[in-house]
Amino acid sequence: MKDEKARVLSNVPIARDVWKLDLETDMACEPGQFVEVKCGGLFLRRPISVCEARNGVLTLIYKVVGRGTDWMSGLEQGQKVDVFGPLGTGFPTSRADSSRGISAQPVGNEEQQPESVLLIGGGVGVPPLVMTARKLQEQGIRVQAVLGFNSAVDVFGLDLFAGLGIEPVIATMDGTVGTKGTVLDAIDAAGLDADVVMSCGPLPMLRAVCTRYENGYVSLESRMACGLGACMGCVVKTPDGSQLRVCKDGPVFRIGEVVL
Amino acid sequence: MNAMDLSVKLPGLDLKNPVIPASGCFGYGREYAQLYDLSLLGGIAIKSVSAAPRAGNPTPRVADTPMGMLNAIGLQNKGVDYVMEHELPFLAQYDTKVLCNVAGSTEEDYVKVIEALNDDPRVHAFELNISCPNVKHGGMGLGTDPELAAHITQMCKAVSRKPVYVKLSPNVTDIVAIARAVEAAGADGLVMINTLLGMQMDLKSGKPLLANKTGGLSGPAVKPVGIRCVYQCARAVNIPIIGCGGITCAEDVLEYLLAGAAAVEVGCANFTDPWVCPKIIEELPGVLQKYGYDSLEAVRERSRQI
Repeated sequence: MKDEKARVLSNVPIARDVWKLDLETDMACEPGQFVEVKCGGLFLRRPISVCEARNGVLTLIYKVVGRGTDWMSGLEQGQKVDVFGPLGTGFPTSRADSSRGISAQPVGNEEQQPESVLLIGGGVGVPPLVMTARKLQEQGIRVQAVLGFNSAVDVFGLDLFAGLGIEPVIATMDGTVGTKGTVLDAIDAAGLDADVVMSCGPLPMLRAVCTRYENGYVSLESRMACGLGACMGCVVKTPDGSQLRVCKDGPVFRIGEVVL
Repeated sequence: MNAMDLSVKLPGLDLKNPVIPASGCFGYGREYAQLYDLSLLGGIAIKSVSAAPRAGNPTPRVADTPMGMLNAIGLQNKGVDYVMEHELPFLAQYDTKVLCNVAGSTEEDYVKVIEALNDDPRVHAFELNISCPNVKHGGMGLGTDPELAAHITQMCKAVSRKPVYVKLSPNVTDIVAIARAVEAAGADGLVMINTLLGMQMDLKSGKPLLANKTGGLSGPAVKPVGIRCVYQCARAVNIPIIGCGGITCAEDVLEYLLAGAAAVEVGCANFTDPWVCPKIIEELPGVLQKYGYDSLEAVRERSRQI
């Protein structure tokens, strides 16, 4: 973990209210981790998931939803941004990850790596799946992706997956692109299946994913203060009634590990 | 410049410097120990410890505010037995003083925690939390009435074999009356201030931002309130005061010392800059010198003249 003033390489809109920010930093992030961004004069930092981190560039894709992300959208090339990270426990993308503790325990047979993984992303939950896809591919795992959005103007990220040779299946709620309906509708329509699913997106989508699949992981979003696991601001309940921290034990949890 | 002696002697707390991370803003130190050596700190006020485990409040529990934040964590902790078995052994490896924040729903709860830790050398003093605004029973309810505050102080002092500090709420008409009552009841020191009761609305949902509806306001926004409370009480009592509220830099520490604080606690600034405490400790001698003080005693001397 480090706190760094990283230079803005580019900051551009890529869909309705969605921006892609490239920062110059060699911060070593794992897929599914996040960083905390200091947004101008606002007090608390904003947790933003890591879309990609390679070759000295950290890519963050964020949706403008409030004052913090609105400030971020005004960043210009050459400006410095205070980012703290990497934070949290991300998606396990190799057997080597399985010793990392609570959330990274492997699903299924501990000795056997999954042969295929289905990535399920919804809206601004799509970005962390990009680096996850790359890391899984590097382990020789077959990766498919299904992405859900509200409408055609909200769709983004296809180019990032295309760079990995992945053509995601698309669902939009209004049917303007791809299957009309949810990501699960699109999965059914395309007949997709995999050993393990990895998902990030809005809570109703994650609940539906957890209802259908047993083997897999979901990444949660939460309001946070410290981002380190100290303040207990972002806890989530487990089936036995105890509580885990989204920022430290997560944001990625095994399906069934937490109550959504 | 760093040769300046920053040590402060308080009851039970022989501090190498006056900087202590505040309770609830530092957990039990583990997360911050990944970032720096906790032995740099004067002390650590650990997260509230109650007799039995507490689940805390529903989420969302935190919200950003102008120059500060609201929280309604609700004293989530795993209880005194867990803390003794799992947290204190970790903290014991560091050369720093542990101020154990004690919380409860009833007076008996506070006494239970103190009795459990009374002979534990890993805790150097107790800090009674009678000022948490986010719990239905205990907490602030015990700290906003001079008689109740004095009574719980007396009960805890009667059983405690370690110094007892009392953390006061600013959500009162007359904090001096509470400070005097607590001193008369035997408190060894005061910590002030806890958070100010606040609330914020989410315009999109038309509902409060926090699930608990109300929460405690902290951060730079409340610093003038903390300074005022410390100033008023320091002139009314003879026990040391640990100042707290909105500190983010060494200049803020100097302000609290001038108001009459003997040491300080740094709260939610740990969330926005996890290295804030060691930075303050490093910069404090230079800041004192910049304003013409060659020692902490020189600041105290100036404070007495205000």
